[in-house]
Amino acid sequence: MPAALEVAHLSKRFGSTLALDDLGWSVERGAAVALFGPNGAGKTTLLRLCATLLRPSAGRIRVLDLDAATEGPAVRRRIAVLGHESWLYPDLSTRENLRFYARLFGLDAPQARADALLERLGLSGWSHRPVRVLSRGLLQRAALARTLLHEPDVLFLDEPFTGLDLDARDLLCEVLREANRRGATVVMSTHDVALGLAVCSSALVLVRGRLAWQGAVSASEAGVFEARYRALMHGGDAVPPRR
Amino acid sequence: MLAILWKDLLIELRTKETFVSLLLLGLLILVVLTFAFDPTSPLRAAAAPGALWVALIFAGTLAMNRSLLREREHDCLDGLLLAPLDRGTIFLAKTAANFLFMVAAQVVLLPLFVLFFNLPMVATIATQTPALLLGLLGFAAIGTLFAAVSLRTRAREVMLPLLMLPLAAPLFIAGIQASTQLLAGQPFAAVAHWLRLMGAFDVVFLVVGWLAFEYVVEE
Amino acid sequence: MNPTDRLLLPATLAAMLGALYLIFVAVPSDAYQGPVQRIFYVHMAMWLNTFTAFAIVGVASLLYLWRREARWDHFGRAAAELGLLFCSLGLATGSIWAKPIWGTWWTWDPRLTLTLVLWMIYAAYLLLRTLATEPQQGATLAAILGVSGVVDLYLINRAVYWWRGIHPAVIVTREGSSGLNDPLMRVTLIVCMLAFFLLFCWLMRLRLRAARLQDSVDTLRGALAPAAP
Repeated sequence: MPAALEVAHLSKRFGSTLALDDLGWSVERGAAVALFGPNGAGKTTLLRLCATLLRPSAGRIRVLDLDAATEGPAVRRRIAVLGHESWLYPDLSTRENLRFYARLFGLDAPQARADALLERLGLSGWSHRPVRVLSRGLLQRAALARTLLHEPDVLFLDEPFTGLDLDARDLLCEVLREANRRGATVVMSTHDVALGLAVCSSALVLVRGRLAWQGAVSASEAGVFEARYRALMHGGDAVPPRR
Repeated sequence: MLAILWKDLLIELRTKETFVSLLLLGLLILVVLTFAFDPTSPLRAAAAPGALWVALIFAGTLAMNRSLLREREHDCLDGLLLAPLDRGTIFLAKTAANFLFMVAAQVVLLPLFVLFFNLPMVATIATQTPALLLGLLGFAAIGTLFAAVSLRTRAREVMLPLLMLPLAAPLFIAGIQASTQLLAGQPFAAVAHWLRLMGAFDVVFLVVGWLAFEYVVEE
Repeated sequence: MNPTDRLLLPATLAAMLGALYLIFVAVPSDAYQGPVQRIFYVHMAMWLNTFTAFAIVGVASLLYLWRREARWDHFGRAAAELGLLFCSLGLATGSIWAKPIWGTWWTWDPRLTLTLVLWMIYAAYLLLRTLATEPQQGATLAAILGVSGVVDLYLINRAVYWWRGIHPAVIVTREGSSGLNDPLMRVTLIVCMLAFFLLFCWLMRLRLRAARLQDSVDTLRGALAPAAP
């Protein structure tokens, strides 16, 4: 079975800054990978590149055995991204937003799907109000609904736990674990080691645009991992300086 | 693509902000220009189409800025970019939406224009409309493209007119010329070449926009 | 200095000196317009450069969007800067010529109008680069403008000519060729245009070199910068 994600010699330059440097990485289907790294390490850039929102300066990205550069629309049909912002239109209601996205993705029975998802995430009561009145937690749930609408095979999440209260956090973990059980691949960047490992079974550490460490980590090894992570962040394992 | 268009229309119906600002600004400019011309002078009738076009142009520039700025809230543009669509399709949908908004504003402004400048109602509307439609379409195309461009600069409000107006010069010249001549009673055949020019402009910039949009939104 | 420069610089110098001599000493004054007419030679040369530069901007922009190689971007920017310079000089020399001949600094002669619109497009191109929130984006955005400008040129041309065509031209077109009877005048024109064209080429080379060096500096600076916290 082809890998969910394959990255080879990936580099990304912004002007004269090198955000990612010759990165090589692959993710198996059905895996759940947590992406760690200090701010500015390139996590968001990597996620955006894989989601076809950015164009690489060099290298190749293959998602679900499709070339990200040339088969963009096909890739986008099967992935979903949850970022810091909700990407929902504030003047429309949640229901209308979801219906829009369903139609955008060419899904059949858009209304039915939207309603089912709203029910699942406990948003039915709020679904008719404009999105601008939702609190941060509810907004995140609505954004999650948007993400899951087209039943993606790969989920990219960029620090999804930021600003969430405990309930919202639990819900998100549960939803992600369930999606993963059903076969979706999860790639999630986060600063919270415990949460990351609660959802994911392997990790990748990015430092200064380069891959510092990758491997399988279980939740029980969180303490050990965290220590190693700190060391990597402070340049312990001699990560070569950026070119 | 229709989904995006429908979404834009729906938001507009809800908030009415673009339409209202288009209308009011257009009205304001029209009134100010009326002041600029002596009501008794025969020059007034000759200058009239110019006034209408100027009003539509300036109001339109503002509307297009707003329309793309709206996608910025909650980073909705990213949401759109993640759709399994060609980027060019997004451009066409937005252009269509902008075009419809401007036509809607024109529907209101044109009769008012007729009143202000004391022109025959039906005749004016009949003759002015084709040129206006062609002009507004081209304007919407070039405006949508460069509004997206100017969103990525530091001086966005200034940037859009700066970029658009020189390039859209053929559109204005053709539009105003055609309008003036038609108003003076000339037959359509006499202004056919102007209309053809505007049509060519529309086609060119719809194509350029469709091709170039992905370069503008991706990094 | 590399071989092309070795050839280009003296060639430019020689041509310029030749042009100056011809303009100010050798060629006779135009019988009708008087000594002021001499500025025409320079004016035409400016015009040639402006349009050459514009063509370069268009082609370079297209190539940049297609290939994404930095050097096309450099070409585009260098050409735009020089284009703006020569366009401004062209408009200025035109104005200076117009005043004594037509009694006015400015007219809406189709060619003038076209040049004015061109000037605005150049200015917008450069402004776009400066004001872009990110330099690489700036290059792409400017390239889009460049391509749009070139594509639009034909339409602008048609519109402007038709516009002035309807109103009978009060002014005789400044199509200099109608007045260049004396063969020496024609020679002067050619030498002058050649001289300024060589100047344009030389300035382009200088500007391109500067751009490449700037790029190297930026890359080095980026590499040496401390890692983000």
